[in-house]
Amino acid sequence: MRHIISVLMENEPGALSRVVGLFSQRNFNIESLTVAPTEDETLSRLTVTTIGDDRVIEQITKQLNKLIDVVKVVDLSEGDHIERELMMIKFKANGQMRAEIKRTADIFRGQIIDITPNTYTVQLVGSSEKLDAFITSLGNTCIMEVVRSGVSGISRGEKVLAV
Amino acid sequence: MELLSGAEMVVRALRDEGVKYIYGYPGGALLHVYDALFQQNEVEHVLVRHEQAATHMADAYARATGKAGVALVTSGPGATNAVTGIATAYMDSIPMVVITGQVMSFLIGEDAFQETDMLGISRPIVKHNFSVTRAEDIPSIIKKAFYIAQTGRPGPVVIDIPKDMTAPTERFPYEYPKSVKLRSYSPVTKGHSGQIRKAVDMLLAAKRPMIYTGGGVIMGDASRELIELAHLLNYPVTNTLMGLGGFPGTDGQFVGMLGMHGSYEANMAMHHSDLILAVGARFDDRVTNGVDKFCPTARIVHIDIDPASISKTIQADVPIVGPAKVVLDDMIQLVKESKKRPDAEAIAAWWKQIDEWRARHGGRYRTDDSELMKPQQVIEMLCKVTEGDAYVCSDVGQHQMFAAQYYKYNKPNRWINSGGLGTMGFGLPAAMGVKMNFPNEEVVCVTGEGSIQMNIQELSTCKQYDIPVKIICLNNQSLGMVRQWQDMNYESRHSQSYMNSLPDFVKLVESYGHVGIKVTKYSELESAMREAFAMKDRLVFMDIMVDPFEHVYPMQVPRGSMRDMWLSKTERT
Repeated sequence: MRHIISVLMENEPGALSRVVGLFSQRNFNIESLTVAPTEDETLSRLTVTTIGDDRVIEQITKQLNKLIDVVKVVDLSEGDHIERELMMIKFKANGQMRAEIKRTADIFRGQIIDITPNTYTVQLVGSSEKLDAFITSLGNTCIMEVVRSGVSGISRGEKVLAV
Repeated sequence: MELLSGAEMVVRALRDEGVKYIYGYPGGALLHVYDALFQQNEVEHVLVRHEQAATHMADAYARATGKAGVALVTSGPGATNAVTGIATAYMDSIPMVVITGQVMSFLIGEDAFQETDMLGISRPIVKHNFSVTRAEDIPSIIKKAFYIAQTGRPGPVVIDIPKDMTAPTERFPYEYPKSVKLRSYSPVTKGHSGQIRKAVDMLLAAKRPMIYTGGGVIMGDASRELIELAHLLNYPVTNTLMGLGGFPGTDGQFVGMLGMHGSYEANMAMHHSDLILAVGARFDDRVTNGVDKFCPTARIVHIDIDPASISKTIQADVPIVGPAKVVLDDMIQLVKESKKRPDAEAIAAWWKQIDEWRARHGGRYRTDDSELMKPQQVIEMLCKVTEGDAYVCSDVGQHQMFAAQYYKYNKPNRWINSGGLGTMGFGLPAAMGVKMNFPNEEVVCVTGEGSIQMNIQELSTCKQYDIPVKIICLNNQSLGMVRQWQDMNYESRHSQSYMNSLPDFVKLVESYGHVGIKVTKYSELESAMREAFAMKDRLVFMDIMVDPFEHVYPMQVPRGSMRDMWLSKTERT
């Protein structure tokens, strides 16, 4: 099953390599990974999506917790949460496709953020599934480039991941 | 406040940490530190002949005392030579602080002379590592390194220090921190009381219980508590390779080591048990054999300081995260307070069964009429001559298993071997590290003609520092354990497991200034060994010719259950 694991860690050189190294060292899988500093500049927030059974996910959270730079770990998928991913996608936009891309982007609440006579660049925010659906609906033929941020997530309600 | 250079702070901080010996090898990146070492006489430096030996000496000091050992190696090749030793300590959860020199900070990343990314290289084999980016941080980083290495589940910590951080020209006010607190690291100090209560209830209700303990009892200083609990309950105890000595080897409740080369009775008892109390052990693949067939009728209580060790390979029914010593002590109190008692009838029947297993195999091996010695006989003789009270530092291979099976360890911290990584070349430097710190104790290196040659250069260090260890070399003229697997799984095709052109070890050790004794007949073994141990202030190398065809038994059948064992070349369960 797919899990979204959020990690609060010391914003120090080498901290990220410890997390990434742990995943490869222990043969855990990484689907996506995002990391950036938080409002407290001594801390970074890292979100990793991974796939594994309960035993593997338990090991992942336990092993992450063991890293000295890691302050807190939470498996967001265990409770209600919101996940978002940002995608920018560049299309070849000629002829009929030009209007079709615009219409589909509107349906998905995407925005066109760059235009040339032959291209559109669409920005889309949502769950990974929604981004996948957008790509599927337009097919591969007109896609020139896709860039995705990887998933970020946050718990619903009053639950927070903080020190 | 006193002003010190970075190099002086390194040395002073080690002194303030109570370090007596550091083991190392100088080089360009460490010249400032070595100059600071020269100008004081409180921290003594031991010059090895290869950096790997420095790490093993520091490691063995830690295994014998529970305190972190310290190694000091230069950048580049110095650091990479230390990698095997760091990994050895990591796999066995041994506290160690390794200080590595680094090229000047402004050269990092430029492929400078003797530059290597030691933070990157060591990352998967350390508990943590530090890079010094400001010289004034040196005291606090060293404090943190010792704290991290020695608390929780212990492990090695690397501190990488660029040369310019130790420059004598820049001086800083020095103060060694009294304590350290890290918001992201707080090892547990107590087990969950509800879980402990539940565990004790299960323990008292068990009909076929087993207490299975590992290195966590040794490094967690919990031997006394283990003995008290086991005696209180009269339950059988088995130790892992790393846990030997945690429970006295001559105690009637001890059923021997378990696992791949565990005793017949220990493996049979584990397989048939209904409750396993695992303490400071990690259900390693060399213990469990096939995990899907592991102890089918047992429920498992697992005590460990490291939550990640619990339910990693075998699901625990009652997990307890905490220090073995504290949790066992809580259990002892609860057992004493409880109105329930163990089921005397069931436990008596269980012991009767175990005694039958003991009688069936019980660690026997065949001796024949030839004068050729069996390696097991040598270890039994060693145990007799040293009265079972020596520090036994082993290398890796068949001799290691024989030393684990046939020497009876009655005290913790005395059986010192590379269990997790299985590092050949560990034994001699380990024995040196122990002997330097326990000069009045008998310290033995049990080795083979293969392993000893992996760090034989340290005989020179032994001469320089007068380290009179006794080396028991079980010479079977082959890489015995490899050969055994080839016999059993590759139709005796002995690919590269025969050692040709062995040196004359007696002459070799004599050239290093030590004493060598060659023994070829069992009838001469005891007198030769007594003669060796009588030379209290000399290093004696005993080159003992043993049966090259001997195998280590029992040996579990791969991917089988605990009870599936070969008991001899022809007999299996």
